[in-house]
Amino acid sequence: MNALRALAKKPWFGPLLALIVVYLLFLMWTPDTFARPITLITMARQTVVVGTAAVGMTLVILLGGIDLSVGSLVALTTVITARLLQNGMSAASAAMVGIFAATAIGAINGGLIVGLRVTPFLITLGTMSILRGAAKGLADEQKIDAPTRGLEMLMTTGPNRSWMIVPPGVWTTLLLAGIFAAVLHFTVFGKHAKAVGSNERTARLAGIQVGRIKVYTYAIAGFLAGIAGIFELSTLTVGDPTDSIGLELSVIASVVIGGGSLAGGQGSIVGALLGALLMTVIRTGSTQVGLPNWVQEILTGAIIIVATGIDSARQRKPA
Amino acid sequence: MTRLLFDNVTKSFGATRALRGVSFEAKPGSVHAIVGENGAGKSTLMNILAGAVKPDSGTITVDGAPHTPKDPQQARDAGVAMVHQELSLCTHLTVAENIVLGVEPSRFGVLNRRAIQETAQKALAEVLPQTPGGDDSGGITPGAKVSDLPPSARQLVEIARAISHPACRVLVLDEPTSSLTSHDAARLFQVIHKLRDKGLTILYISHFLEEVMAIADRYTVFRDGVTVASGNVADTSVNDLVEKMAGRRGEEVFPPRTKRSPGEEVVHIEHLAGKVRPVDVSLSLRRGEIVGLFGLVGAGRTEFFRALFGLDPIKNGSIKVGSFLGPASPSTRLSQGVGLLSEDRAAEGVALSLSISDNIVMSALRRLSKWGFFLPKTHELEASRWVERLSIKTSDATLPVSSLSGGNQQKAAIARLLCRDVDIFLLDEPTRGIDITSKTQIYKLLIDLAAKGKAVLVISSYLPELLGICDRIAVMSRGTLGPLHEVGGLREEDLLREALGA
Repeated sequence: MNALRALAKKPWFGPLLALIVVYLLFLMWTPDTFARPITLITMARQTVVVGTAAVGMTLVILLGGIDLSVGSLVALTTVITARLLQNGMSAASAAMVGIFAATAIGAINGGLIVGLRVTPFLITLGTMSILRGAAKGLADEQKIDAPTRGLEMLMTTGPNRSWMIVPPGVWTTLLLAGIFAAVLHFTVFGKHAKAVGSNERTARLAGIQVGRIKVYTYAIAGFLAGIAGIFELSTLTVGDPTDSIGLELSVIASVVIGGGSLAGGQGSIVGALLGALLMTVIRTGSTQVGLPNWVQEILTGAIIIVATGIDSARQRKPA
Repeated sequence: MTRLLFDNVTKSFGATRALRGVSFEAKPGSVHAIVGENGAGKSTLMNILAGAVKPDSGTITVDGAPHTPKDPQQARDAGVAMVHQELSLCTHLTVAENIVLGVEPSRFGVLNRRAIQETAQKALAEVLPQTPGGDDSGGITPGAKVSDLPPSARQLVEIARAISHPACRVLVLDEPTSSLTSHDAARLFQVIHKLRDKGLTILYISHFLEEVMAIADRYTVFRDGVTVASGNVADTSVNDLVEKMAGRRGEEVFPPRTKRSPGEEVVHIEHLAGKVRPVDVSLSLRRGEIVGLFGLVGAGRTEFFRALFGLDPIKNGSIKVGSFLGPASPSTRLSQGVGLLSEDRAAEGVALSLSISDNIVMSALRRLSKWGFFLPKTHELEASRWVERLSIKTSDATLPVSSLSGGNQQKAAIARLLCRDVDIFLLDEPTRGIDITSKTQIYKLLIDLAAKGKAVLVISSYLPELLGICDRIAVMSRGTLGPLHEVGGLREEDLLREALGA
């Protein structure tokens, strides 16, 4: 009983419950398709890009910030990597350079926020546009059809790798989520980030180098957006400068559904992944049962409001 | 004749009995002081009067009519208005807009600008001294933006707002002087007396007993949710009030003085100046001594600490900490052994949403980790050691620090410095707004620290406290720090005079 109560206190308990309920609902509606392993695997695969970016966004939101440029950064990464593949670079090297560039851009986001003392919302609103423009320029405003050189394997299990159950991209996302959840719980950096998000003035007073923590955090968010970009490229098999428009909103929604607070100091990586998965389930389920696109959008929006409303009510309840 | 009557009012929050039997009456045309330690039930009383909380039993009447408001607006309509400790004005609006906020004169939703102006003008006339030429208005005009006004002026605007309601009969002031200089406080007292003479009942809640003695006509003492005594201020004394509040004698608050012998110099400051404040600070601090900094609010004591600790830029002068010379960032200062306790506990001193444990270990994470990694358990163990050492009242160090009372939050903030093992303590108003028990514990702790060879620099606006624990005291006035005085034979009057620049 106590263990159950402790479980209910976890920030990701709400989204987990919602996920189970929504899944069961669609399962009852279309039992023959929704229980099939292929549906589950497809949904996992479709969550990878948002999920990976949401891990980074959780850190940023925990820090009390926000990153609106993540969608543009994902698109830019697909373009950079595709260009390199086109020029004959190997898949591993091209992906590495793409991820490195995204990490550097994340660090620049952080540097601008710290250096100019402008709110993250405005800085990343600016870089959102700059990066989108840069992606279009680099791609000559068209899709880059490059040889993927095995990069597409990230998102498929293939005929002779069925022992993997889900594609390597899904495993990578889970691994990254595990690593960064551990960073939050067991490292000085994680503790410092949470302290900055909770009360920046107290953190400064306690000797925490607030600026440095911010730059690191945005760099990590850039790194994860870069990896999400590689996954996106692996799915699309082209570098697309107009891809992932509005992705930042799905990513932020995942984090918020997962218990993150835009006021900072609160956020759960497990919760964010569950939030991302919840949105995929709603999208897939609605398609399966034949609900039109506009109904899906209304449903997703309603889930965000209900989830954050419940969370807010839970916070207000006296201990 | 009775204006306000409390008859055996009780209120419980879960298992906590906040009010266990509150009975007193206040007369029209009088200043009635409410005194008591933190947690004695004063704020619950306020919340009931304002309609934010409903009592469990008992009755409250205003001029004979039962007072059962559902929200602050209803309370105002019933004639009871509050001025809270944390001022609640909208700083982007003008003085006039604030005064009529929520009761804007309008017709069909369109504001009646002239009526707003008149209401504001009338209310302001009540709270501003009637000097011909209006030199002492402090810039308070109906059109002035609140953000341009100093705290003392904002307070007067808030009072004007409270009394602008035609029904206003009872005015509740919660710690009105806590952020005022003594000059501004004196002006506030004039306003209070003027309002009293017009027949208003003023409930005056304050920690400063000297002030209560000076301004109030009657008093009621709260202790543990019960009204233990009421009477005429003329028939009591500060010591008598303290005794009633705490159930013990006032002198016991300060631990006995022990002989301390200061050691080597650890901080040497010459002609330090910040952007605006401080203007000129020279100071030498030695191991094993407690040095007090007295001054009026706004004299620049906090700014001096912030410049020294690296939170604010330095314009001029030199700082030497141990063997380190020159300015440094807060994290460097901490590694030099300097720790700062903020005067603003809620906004800076502690991170309210973090756990007690996280707050305590925040500055010591490098020591408590290896290669940047740690086990959460080690933090909780470390924190629980300090919880015990400082008798922080909690059942669980993993609870948020906001679950603690003010005094215990302050102890957690001090524990952060101890956990980091700093050598030089910069303490800014360490006992402001906390209960007597916590105060006594903090005094004892400071004396222990000095005995162990730590250097303690403490800012306080409460003279008896500085005289009770310090070895030397310096006074800051208009940004300039005066010479250090040995405490022996020092009188409150002398320090106050120096602070006023008289």
